Amino acid sequence: MRHKRQRNADRNMPRAAGSRTLQSDVKSYLRDGAKKSARKTDGSGETSMLLQATGLSKSFGARKAVRNVTLSIEAGETVALLGPNGAGKTTTLRMLAGFLEPDDGAVRALHYDMRRQRVKAQASVGYLPEGAPLYGEMTPWSYLNFIAEARGLTGAKGRAALMRAANQVGLGATIYQAIDTLSKGYKRRTALAAAILHDPPILLLDEPTDGLDPNQNVAIRALIRELAHDKAILISTHNLEDVETMCRRAIVIDNGHVVADGEPAEFAARTPSKKLGDFFRAITQHDSAA
Amino acid sequence: MNAFLAIYRREIEGFIQTPPAYIFVAAFAALAGGLTFQGGGFFESSSADLTAFFALHPWLFVILAPALTMKSWAEELRQGTIETLLTLPVSVPFIALAKHCAAWTTIFFALLLTTPIWFTVNYLGAPDNAAIAASYGMSFLAAGAYLALGQACSAITGHQAAAFVAAVLIGLGFTAAGSPAITDAAARSLGPLAADFVAPFGFAARLEPAWRGVLDISAALYFLFFAAIALAITSLFASARRGG
Repeated sequence: MRHKRQRNADRNMPRAAGSRTLQSDVKSYLRDGAKKSARKTDGSGETSMLLQATGLSKSFGARKAVRNVTLSIEAGETVALLGPNGAGKTTTLRMLAGFLEPDDGAVRALHYDMRRQRVKAQASVGYLPEGAPLYGEMTPWSYLNFIAEARGLTGAKGRAALMRAANQVGLGATIYQAIDTLSKGYKRRTALAAAILHDPPILLLDEPTDGLDPNQNVAIRALIRELAHDKAILISTHNLEDVETMCRRAIVIDNGHVVADGEPAEFAARTPSKKLGDFFRAITQHDSAA
Repeated sequence: MNAFLAIYRREIEGFIQTPPAYIFVAAFAALAGGLTFQGGGFFESSSADLTAFFALHPWLFVILAPALTMKSWAEELRQGTIETLLTLPVSVPFIALAKHCAAWTTIFFALLLTTPIWFTVNYLGAPDNAAIAASYGMSFLAAGAYLALGQACSAITGHQAAAFVAAVLIGLGFTAAGSPAITDAAARSLGPLAADFVAPFGFAARLEPAWRGVLDISAALYFLFFAAIALAITSLFASARRGG
């Protein structure tokens, strides 16, 4: 007989084709691991943390880019990472994705330590890097096929995952066009498709709507909202509309520190104008002026 | 294994879709063939052997292998795709090995394109085919060492031109190390022990027994070991990019 928690985990599982190992990892994590890494959010219930970072710090030479950043994101949560230019957002995301090694602190993706179990941890993460770097000589089709194979999705499974991701981001006929010839918006869609291709439980998106036209913005925001119900999503953005339309929580980072962590509506309510932008300006004014 | 094959195929596609690999294959085939028959004294020697042809290989690899590998990591850094590559669930040594095997495949086809020379000497006379086969095999292994060196330079410098120059200079050093000119100079300036120390590292000298039909296992292991060390260095420096 299946337990209620097991059925809930099944319902929350990625629906489309994906790595069986990854899916079973998520299942077992939501079933068993959640209890171990649970935290009390409101004193009443347990939540499953898919992504946890503890005391992350990173310096580049003498410059401290990120200082003691601690955050955790649970399944079904879409969190915005806000901050002025140079605040440490991209560096934080790079450490969470396993691209950069933190000087101090640790990252756990699913139940894997990013330093010691890097390959397994990275299998559970979908990452859209800043600027959406791609191989220009490839087509979106061949690029996504490469990513699918590299993530263990081969044959019919890989093709299904590729088509699903391409359809979700709306690549359309451009899928057979050389990436070098694509507009910035379509390049970003291609990179976003690569990030969601393996249906990861954790999504890290650096400026996902940058370079998109207003219609594309709406479509991508709708996609992220659709993906959000069973994933932990962290979005680095400057676009406050992104935050208001997609995120139920925002983390503001300034000069490498987390300076606020809460609901965007709560933040907005703290200002006389009730605008999130004013809250952002007030809390990061020192560095923006500098 | 899937990730290894995916990266290998992507690298091969990259070679197919960009000019350097074609330039490499064409230049290798043209220079090896042309210099053997025109400047290598093939006709003057009046013997059906390909020693002059195989003796050219290390000197061609010195220039052409870095041209093939200089982009391997430098271009990933320039385009920013290193971020995609290093966030895939695959370890860095596997990425380096996949890149290496793809470049090595290109060299295999370049060597394959020169086989008409083998048929030509068989038409003209009665060469020692075992020696030619052994020489091809050793050239292929030596090419692996040059490619691994080129990839290491690309990972260390992170810049195409710097990687090319560094790999050519280091490759020249290793190629010439066992030659009489270098060992004599080392013996004269630093003593006979220095000459004994330098001689075993020479790529060209290591290839010579194969040209005479002697299958030198230690030379084969040397080239493989050299490539393994160079790839380990590549992995270290590529991984160090995680440090920012």
